[in-house]
Amino acid sequence: MARKGGESIRQRSPQKVGDFDQPSSPKLHVLAVDDSHVDRKVIERLLRISSCRVTAVESGSRALQYLGLNGGEKKSSVGFDVNLILTDYSMPGMTGYELLKKIKESSHLREIPVVIMSSENILARIDRCLEEGAEEFLMKPLKLSDVNRLKDYITREQGAEKGGRGKRKRNLQDDYTPSSPLLSLPPP
Amino acid sequence: MDRNLQRQVANMRKSLFDQGYLDEQFIQLEDLRDDANPNFVEEIVTLFYTDSAKLIRNIENALENNPSDFERLDDYMQQFKGRSSSIGAKKVKTECSQFREYCKAGNAEGCIRTFQQLKQELATLRRKLETYFEMARQANT
Repeated sequence: MARKGGESIRQRSPQKVGDFDQPSSPKLHVLAVDDSHVDRKVIERLLRISSCRVTAVESGSRALQYLGLNGGEKKSSVGFDVNLILTDYSMPGMTGYELLKKIKESSHLREIPVVIMSSENILARIDRCLEEGAEEFLMKPLKLSDVNRLKDYITREQGAEKGGRGKRKRNLQDDYTPSSPLLSLPPP
Repeated sequence: MDRNLQRQVANMRKSLFDQGYLDEQFIQLEDLRDDANPNFVEEIVTLFYTDSAKLIRNIENALENNPSDFERLDDYMQQFKGRSSSIGAKKVKTECSQFREYCKAGNAEGCIRTFQQLKQELATLRRKLETYFEMARQANT
């Protein structure tokens, strides 16, 4: 592979324990799902700049294949390597909501946090996703600050006890407006 | 480094925002550049125009063959609006919203008219951005 001025952000080696980008934290692996090529590229970049590993796929069914469901090759380690699934809501074929449901129905995937993105601010949609177990519902287009916050949240969740799953999470920090992302975080 | 050219580039960039062609999202994209990816914004904009072509054609066909299928038209436009907002194309986005309003109102004529305006805004933005990127390239060499 040509080294064009050092793509230092790109992951070089396959996942292994102790793959650190900072002294104390391994890189988060995010599975990004979006049918828009433009959005996939932007999200990939946002995540890589935030020191995450990214696998970007264009549909819910591809995502399930990657995770080892849906008749994909049984790579038993792959699905568990994913720390976060970030999916668009409106996609042809399988919506982000349907993908979310399938993930939460799977005994070995349901622990993976799922975040839904949408360019439309529809309260019923947001509620439905949160009810189904989405960690958060973000408004598109995503910003760097969204990704940073997500990253902190996931990292913290990983360290914390996995209690209280399935609780509805509503945002209390920041000024809550319908267009704000919903995330319950302790104040910094 | 040509200071004069750099100033021109900065002015052009400013006017793109001042005149409402671009919004905050464009700045978000600019923040994603680095030494390894200096042309990221241009790449995304190029990708947007390539991707959009198909969607535009779909809308065009739908308007021609099925102008009263407002649900489908709205669906296409919702997709398109999302993509436009990803690159910060502010005026284009406004036309998208207007189009969707006409869909909701069942106003085919309004849709057709707005779609023409939308295509014009797309073309204008493309021209301006191409000029801007070219100037920026020259200023940096």
